[in-house]
Amino acid sequence: MTTRAESSRPVSEVLGVPPAAHKVRDRSFVLLLGALTSVALIVLAVLLIDTAIDGVPQLSLSFLTSFPSAFPAKAGIESAITGTLWLMGVVTFVIVPLGVASALYLEEFADNSRWWNRIIEVNIQNLAAVPSIVYGILGLAYIVRGPLSLGRTVLAGGLTLALVVLPVVIITGREALRAVPPSIKEGALALGATRWQAIWRQILPASIPGIATGVILSISRAIGETAPLILVGAATFVAFNPTGLDSPFTALPLQIFSWISQPNDQFRMLAAAAIIVLLVLLVLLNAVAIRLRNRYQQRW
Amino acid sequence: MVGDVSDLDPASDPREEPASRGVPGQVPAVPAGQAHAPIPAVAHDDVIDDAIENPVFIAEKLSVSYGISPAVLDVSLRVPEKQITAFIGPSGCGKSTIIRCFNRMNDLIPAARVDGIVRYHGLDLYGGEIDSVQVRKRIGMVFQKPNPFPKSIYDNIAFGPKVLGMKGSMDQIVEQALRRASLWDDVKDRLKDNAFGMSGGQQQRLCIARALATNPDVLLMDEPCSALDPISTGRIEDLMHELKETVSIVIVTHNMQQAARVSDRTAFFIVDMGSSEEARIGRLVEYGPTDRIFTNPHDIRTEEYVSGKFG
Repeated sequence: MTTRAESSRPVSEVLGVPPAAHKVRDRSFVLLLGALTSVALIVLAVLLIDTAIDGVPQLSLSFLTSFPSAFPAKAGIESAITGTLWLMGVVTFVIVPLGVASALYLEEFADNSRWWNRIIEVNIQNLAAVPSIVYGILGLAYIVRGPLSLGRTVLAGGLTLALVVLPVVIITGREALRAVPPSIKEGALALGATRWQAIWRQILPASIPGIATGVILSISRAIGETAPLILVGAATFVAFNPTGLDSPFTALPLQIFSWISQPNDQFRMLAAAAIIVLLVLLVLLNAVAIRLRNRYQQRW
Repeated sequence: MVGDVSDLDPASDPREEPASRGVPGQVPAVPAGQAHAPIPAVAHDDVIDDAIENPVFIAEKLSVSYGISPAVLDVSLRVPEKQITAFIGPSGCGKSTIIRCFNRMNDLIPAARVDGIVRYHGLDLYGGEIDSVQVRKRIGMVFQKPNPFPKSIYDNIAFGPKVLGMKGSMDQIVEQALRRASLWDDVKDRLKDNAFGMSGGQQQRLCIARALATNPDVLLMDEPCSALDPISTGRIEDLMHELKETVSIVIVTHNMQQAARVSDRTAFFIVDMGSSEEARIGRLVEYGPTDRIFTNPHDIRTEEYVSGKFG
């Protein structure tokens, strides 16, 4: 009904004239950011497409259910998949209790004014940044040989990988515990709960989604680790599934590594197919982690 | 022996000039022989009027320091049984610090140091053989911000009775606690829902119900309404009136009107502004029946505060 009243005065007279350079600079900055972001995305896309072109035709049920072979047409990744699953089982079994216990100690019990607790903290931060091959050397010297002398077994490989990701589990576990507000602990203690009851029945349950997210992300890192497994001497040609913790094994990244180093182009196609399987596993794990986080995340 | 009216020995008068106090780190000098001497239950001062028989708490020269600097100095008062006692004063005056001595919540702060004596039904709360967990089973606490556990309404209430190993039907205990906090009708159909889905006022009443579920003797409330709207505040104040039939209540509030509305006795604290943040020291200025504190304060600082001249 009522139309906008005609301005009696021109805009520029009221608000002033904007400098022309401002608009140009604004635009070009946004363009620059977009270009830089697309560099990363383009590289990723090229890699994925290239892998998919090579690998997708090789994917089949028989590829997933065959053992490695000298003949590319018969070769598959069943032993690599089962080996990876066994390894992840060992890793999970080790990192959950050790990681949670360490995080609990550092967050709830350690007295920060003591020098040894500060040393532990700094060391855990640093260990998270140590290259995984260093853990491989450690695993070779102390787990495969040396004091533990486990040999080139599933258990030795799993323990080595657990060492690689343990610092990350501890750090994310501490963050998850710290995310529980102190008022929850106060509330429990004020009801006459002991310190242990407050931690075990309130703080720990409240931080489980965060801890679980950290564990899953750590496992998805461990799944792709190749260097430490090469050092601890995992085999690359294993034509059987692991039968137990003391069994020799191979794993997906090792199988990929081995096929890529073959001169025969056919094997490189197989490597591409195995990469796709590994990527799918990783995406699945990350999806579970994100879902956990979104579903149970507590807004305090 | 506590509350023995017949003994009026002036030597045990806990009053002392604040200026003459020694280093706050020292335990107040009580002659060894008099450590358990009867404390006269009479008004021992013009401004500290605590002629109370059977007090639930007695604070004697209570001082709390964080690190080296004292936060509250020399608080002596008696808290009556089955009444509501309000601690008022400007922020930083140490009223919350003092209330946290009554259930030993200050133990959780490593740097906190408590000097002086707090007696609970005559028992020295900071005595060597006292277990702070045991103390908190008898003395419940409600905090400034509602802090329900991230669990169901039912589990929130059941936690306390469970850790205390209370016998009997848990369903009954939960229902009874919710009824006492007049929350039962609001939530009886959604006991399994997460407590975070409740309104702020309901959450705070849930925290009160949670504290009541363990049948405490005392309820300490540390500014329980400061995060709530006026209607929720009114409901909690009504609730306090009902509760004082069965429990003794100490409430910290910076809301003078609230203290005037709900409390039987009021203690007014003040903060001595020092040269720096660390040098701020809280002190008890005046204590007595609420209507007297608000209508006829004896100390000029109390008068200025309750009449709204500062704070």
